[in-house]
Amino acid sequence: MSALTMNVEFGAKIPVDRGIQDMAVVEAAAPPAKEKKMEKTLTVPAEAGTPFTERLAGFGRAVLPPLLGMVILLGIWYVATMKGGSIPGPVQTWDAATALFADPFYRNGPNDQGIGWNILSSLQRVGIGFGFAALVGIPLGFILGRSAFLSAMINPIISLLRPVSPLAWLPIGLLVFQRADPAATYTIFICSIWPMIMNTAQGVQRVPQDYLNVARVLALSEWKVVTKILLPAVLPYILTGIRLSIGTAWLVIVAAEMLTGGVGIGFWVWDEWNNLKVEHIIIAIFVIGIVGLVLEQSLILLAKKLTKESS
Amino acid sequence: MKKFVQIERVGQTFDTKKGKFVALRDIDLTIRQGEFIALIGHSGCGKSTLLNLIAGLTRPTTGVLLLEDREIAGPGPERAVVFQNHSLLPWLTCFENVFLAVERVFGEKEGKAKLKERTAAAINLVGLDHASAKYPNEISGGMKQRVGIARALSMQPKVLLMDEPFGALDALTRAKLQDELMRICEATKATTVMVTHDVDEAVLLSDRIVMMTNGPAATIGEIIDVNLPRPRDRLTLAHDPAYIGYRAAVLEFLYEKQAHVEKMAA
Repeated sequence: MSALTMNVEFGAKIPVDRGIQDMAVVEAAAPPAKEKKMEKTLTVPAEAGTPFTERLAGFGRAVLPPLLGMVILLGIWYVATMKGGSIPGPVQTWDAATALFADPFYRNGPNDQGIGWNILSSLQRVGIGFGFAALVGIPLGFILGRSAFLSAMINPIISLLRPVSPLAWLPIGLLVFQRADPAATYTIFICSIWPMIMNTAQGVQRVPQDYLNVARVLALSEWKVVTKILLPAVLPYILTGIRLSIGTAWLVIVAAEMLTGGVGIGFWVWDEWNNLKVEHIIIAIFVIGIVGLVLEQSLILLAKKLTKESS
Repeated sequence: MKKFVQIERVGQTFDTKKGKFVALRDIDLTIRQGEFIALIGHSGCGKSTLLNLIAGLTRPTTGVLLLEDREIAGPGPERAVVFQNHSLLPWLTCFENVFLAVERVFGEKEGKAKLKERTAAAINLVGLDHASAKYPNEISGGMKQRVGIARALSMQPKVLLMDEPFGALDALTRAKLQDELMRICEATKATTVMVTHDVDEAVLLSDRIVMMTNGPAATIGEIIDVNLPRPRDRLTLAHDPAYIGYRAAVLEFLYEKQAHVEKMAA
């Protein structure tokens, strides 16, 4: 009994803490970038010779290590596939990729569409499922954060359901919606909603008492409390929830689409496996990685912009 | 003079894990309109607890607090609080922070232009015209505290409550703000209760100094009437025998009578 509750509590705290750590990392990462920029603008108007080499050195320090990493990765891949075998090497993959991306938006019937369409339909599913999760999860998080009773009532349920793989929900989705497409969207909804609820609730609970005292002394209306104090104070937490959600959503969509079929990057991977076009699978891995990276980075950018405006 | 704030037989008990903790007992105090009261005592003596009771942020366990013969049942803008840590909202500019208060108090009766005028006047009163559009994290600690005072004064409260408003500031800034506060209180005739642990601050600013015994179960030990003419000037007062006498009396209370509370209680 006690072990179970321990587990439940432990499980419940993890995503939030991770979120906060992520936040801290984001914030900590910001100032150095700024300093670098300032250094540059400071050194440029100085002497003509040194700034250029300095800038070149700075550029080298920033670009060289990641570039080197990539080169080593490609090198290992190349050497490992040199003797031939079932896994294609980088050169073959590159050739296949150029052919593939030459025409990303063709349509030859429902099961043979360009990679562009596949990516877009996966993104659409993520967008819809994720949007619904935000619509439900953020207000629910606010309510849980404001009411100790409701939070005590609903937290055990969340703790129970949160560790369940979203794919376990897929059959239920298929049963309810009778079609593959909304079922996949529904798994996205399920996996996105937990981080949003938990981070929003945690944010509401962590609004400094001082701010709430100000609200009490001014006797602000509930509307003003929400718009002027709670929302701005909780916004960073909400954004963390969103960022964690979208990361998971992008992980889950590939698996869900493999199971449901249709159009989508996950289905495409499975389809190419059935066609034994292994170089396409490798391309898909890169594409999924790049899209996930872009999603994450753009949300970090958004978070920085919003929190800068509000703080 | 007319009774303005009445505190009658007030006690405050907190429920803690170790059982009941009696923070305050038997507090009786009457504050007149326009009076400046300093609450002084060692830390943990319940000064801030008493201030929170007047603010209505907490309710007394026993006794009653009245403002103009009406019971203080909860917090409200008629009893503005200047918090120790300024408590400005970081996502609002100084102007917006003050405006939030002005809008709450006068928004129903007055137009937007008049509200903005009031806000600007409050900011002008604390000499922060130039920082009006800045965010709290862009200004110094002393300036933040001045915005906090502006926010409180802008509501035209019946009572101004200040919880160690200058405690976190350096000595020079503190002196400057004390002078400003004296000027403002004289201009606005504000009834003020200020929690402090600074003896000079208490003597310089107050009409009466309420000295609290050590906690737990703290109560009012002595009350000193400070009969120094206003306006007061800190340099002249430094050599004034009356000022030195008041100062000595407060120090004596704090460091002789209240130095060893355990013995006294026994």
